[in-house]
Amino acid sequence: MESSSRQPAGFSDSKPRAPGRVVRYGGGLRALSLATLAVMTAGLALVFFYAPLEAEQGFLQKIFYVHVPLAIVSLCGFVLGGLFAIQHLRTRDQRWDMRSYVAIHMSLIFGVGTLITGSIWAKGSWGHWWVWNEPTLVSFLIVFLLYATYQPLRFAIEDPERQARYASVFAITAGAFVPMNFIAVRLSTAYLHPRVLGGTSNLPAPMALTFVVCLVAMALLYTTMFKYELTAKHTRAQLRALRRRLAGEDAPAGLSRARTAAPTLQPPATIGAGAAGRPG
Amino acid sequence: MGAALLAELPALPLHTAGKYVAGAYVVLFALVLVYVAIMAVRLGRIERDLGELLEGGETGEASQHAAQELQRPESSGA
Repeated sequence: MESSSRQPAGFSDSKPRAPGRVVRYGGGLRALSLATLAVMTAGLALVFFYAPLEAEQGFLQKIFYVHVPLAIVSLCGFVLGGLFAIQHLRTRDQRWDMRSYVAIHMSLIFGVGTLITGSIWAKGSWGHWWVWNEPTLVSFLIVFLLYATYQPLRFAIEDPERQARYASVFAITAGAFVPMNFIAVRLSTAYLHPRVLGGTSNLPAPMALTFVVCLVAMALLYTTMFKYELTAKHTRAQLRALRRRLAGEDAPAGLSRARTAAPTLQPPATIGAGAAGRPG
Repeated sequence: MGAALLAELPALPLHTAGKYVAGAYVVLFALVLVYVAIMAVRLGRIERDLGELLEGGETGEASQHAAQELQRPESSGA
């Protein structure tokens, strides 16, 4: 962003800000956390005390109520990161870059969960922790490894503006790769991997209900963690801005900033002004 | 009451696949727990930084107040 290179971010705007322009990420976090807790508890209760045992796999099939929602939410999060990145490139607003970063970060955590729970299921079902000729497993690993390079990519670029731009391009390209990869796997002929959703699925109603509740619970967990992360990062940015403000108006913004893969949010004063001046 | 409720619940077939299912759910629980722990560390850091800023602000205010107190007799005397 041009303004960040010309002047210390946030210290040129000494005018008092209208209360409505204060950026807050923590709004509704308590209600969201409680809803997540409630739906997750309901989901677990349904899994263990309501959903019937599957005829072929028996009790082992219960892993799917955690594994498949984790995978779906993780992949959707990667796509979401790409959509946020598009918004970032359109508006040049750093908040979208931050959202994209956090969405991908959270999806990676969920991706780790997907891979581990999938491996556990594979061990119980096939007797192996990993099967290399199974397209769904390998394709998910490819997507995961692709996104694992996102943070090193960011860290490799020192200039925050260039870092954000390159990361957005990466997020969009990789985000487009995710659905293509998913379709390619679906079109493949090997159907070793069980299909929970789609034409080949014949889930009974109690199982389908349990699955939907678990999926909603996982989506809520993702959203809650996403909001927590955004709020934490925004609070840190506000603290840094406050520290600089107390240190003196002339303190350069870049001096206190260590090299990091995480995006740097502008202090609130400039955020409000920057966002107000841009369309979209 | 809790024991009676538990007795009413259907028994889970944990003998064969139980360890795998338990493992998968423990992984999910552990992920959330690790994330909460990381957030707790971050919150602690934010709290510490805020405390430092508050301390710095108070010290600054005190020194400013002291400076004003020192200046007052001089200006009134002049």
